[in-house]
Amino acid sequence: MAKRIDVSGLTAYYGSHKAIEDISMTVEPRSVTAFIGPSGCGKSTFLRTLNRMHEVTPGGRVEGKVMLDSEDLYGTGIDPVDVRREVGMVFQRPNPFPTMSIFDNVAAGLRLNGKYKKSELNDVVEKSLKGANLWNEVKDRLNKPGSGLSGGQQQRLCIARAIAVEPKVLLMDEPCSALDPISTLAIEDLIGELKERFTIVIVTHNMQQAARVSDRTAFFNLAAVGQPGRLIEIDDTERIFSNPSVQATEDYISGRFG
Amino acid sequence: MSDKNGSTSLRGASLPRWSPWAIAAGSLALAVVIGLAGGLDSHVQWGLIAAVLFVLGTYGVTARVEGRRQAKDRVMTSLVWVAFLLAVVPLVSLVWVTVKRGVKVLDVYFLTHSMGVVADTEPGGGIYHAIIGSLEQVGLATLIGAPVGVLTAIYLVEYGRGALARAVTFFVDVMTGIPSIVAGLFILSLMLMTKTQPFGFAGSLALAILMMPVVVRSTEEMLKLVPNELREASLALGVPKWRTILKVVLPTSLGGITTGIVLAVARIAGETAPVLLLVFGNPFINTNPFEGAQSSLPLYIYQQYANSAGSGAAYDRAWAASLTLIAFVMILNLAARGLARWKAPR
Repeated sequence: MAKRIDVSGLTAYYGSHKAIEDISMTVEPRSVTAFIGPSGCGKSTFLRTLNRMHEVTPGGRVEGKVMLDSEDLYGTGIDPVDVRREVGMVFQRPNPFPTMSIFDNVAAGLRLNGKYKKSELNDVVEKSLKGANLWNEVKDRLNKPGSGLSGGQQQRLCIARAIAVEPKVLLMDEPCSALDPISTLAIEDLIGELKERFTIVIVTHNMQQAARVSDRTAFFNLAAVGQPGRLIEIDDTERIFSNPSVQATEDYISGRFG
Repeated sequence: MSDKNGSTSLRGASLPRWSPWAIAAGSLALAVVIGLAGGLDSHVQWGLIAAVLFVLGTYGVTARVEGRRQAKDRVMTSLVWVAFLLAVVPLVSLVWVTVKRGVKVLDVYFLTHSMGVVADTEPGGGIYHAIIGSLEQVGLATLIGAPVGVLTAIYLVEYGRGALARAVTFFVDVMTGIPSIVAGLFILSLMLMTKTQPFGFAGSLALAILMMPVVVRSTEEMLKLVPNELREASLALGVPKWRTILKVVLPTSLGGITTGIVLAVARIAGETAPVLLLVFGNPFINTNPFEGAQSSLPLYIYQQYANSAGSGAAYDRAWAASLTLIAFVMILNLAARGLARWKAPR
């Protein structure tokens, strides 16, 4: 059920400002692809174009093609709401719905879309929480508010919420940057398990994390402040971190700049 | 602080903790003496003299003992206290006087009878007709004003871009400043054009005009407080925008929105001018807001007070009705606070 993403010639704008330019890459199904690069190089912007969240920002627009298997996400007649059901997202900061319990948070995607059977709901919530390695910690307090959990637990709750709607692709925008090392480890383990079922794309500032969790790594950079970000190269993670083909990648990874 | 041999110490001289109270008591006593000596018969003047003496005394004493920086700090603290008292004393005295004079005739009989067969100069009668009128007019105004206001705020925060949104914001600002008599005149002109007689709902329309901008403003602020991350989280789950607003944004801000609506209701419940123009007043019970003149609490208070010359009974009834109105607004406020606390995101 995981799907392949094929991006070609993608350029994204905020109003008149060009944020990323002419990006083409393929994201393989059932694998983890990591995006690395300095701040402001457009990693998150690019990630948000993959489920049409970029256009939620006022002035945001996109040119180019994003193929999800055989369908162009930016083709005519494509409903962004349907795209987002196929391509789920986890954000930088844990953002459980404050008015909802733990159970309701996980069930939110199904409930809010109005497409579910009452009998299935309990199973889906349990399965999703188990899938996010959170079930054992919260099974006795499913009716407590989700905001009462720790930061790491909240982030896993958000992952459970995202996978409950059975997306084909899971986008993660720096999912561990607000977490401590132990919670980070829990999420990284989880990513390893989730890639059996989903196509995963993760943005990270932590190069060790990219090396640990990803199969392929893409390096983004920008020529200067104010210039659009570009994809410098994408390759197997091992190769990027041992013998990248572009000098700029090696400089960035070895800490010579940025 | 440096002592004589030049070494510095972190410990300075400090006043005892009771010193502000002592200075306050001292300035009050001195103010009484000055007041008596100067033959000032207004207690308000005594209080103001005490306040000035308190601020000056605090500065003088602290500057001598603790130093100039601490003196400034204490003067600012005492200024805040004086300002607080200046604001609270009139409020407390208003409530106190209203309760004292209001309870004279406020009883079950007063709340359940109208002025139907009672002349304004005679004792007896009650405010039942005015309560009915107030509840109906304010209720109908809320039914119109609150939904329109909330929906406008949702448009402005969630959808509005460009010229139209700016225009709506501008006109909401203008509407906030409309005097209630102008709103009343606006509806009155419609009534004159259609040649209709005064009736309760006409008052509701004017009250709704006054209520709407207040609701829009408060709801707008509450919706802006909802973090954008929550909207994005919902959208990223594949939830349509309208459902995101209905199921995520509104529940998150429900407490604040309700508080805003209730405060707006409290505000229009005390409006007299449009009711005087459009509902006219009626000593009899009229439960139909769509036909015939009605009364309302603020209008009743005004009319009883206007007719109270030489009649203690009308005067007492005006105070009792005022007390009822204050109690009504206070209950609404408490209810709003309770609701906000109950619904607040945990």
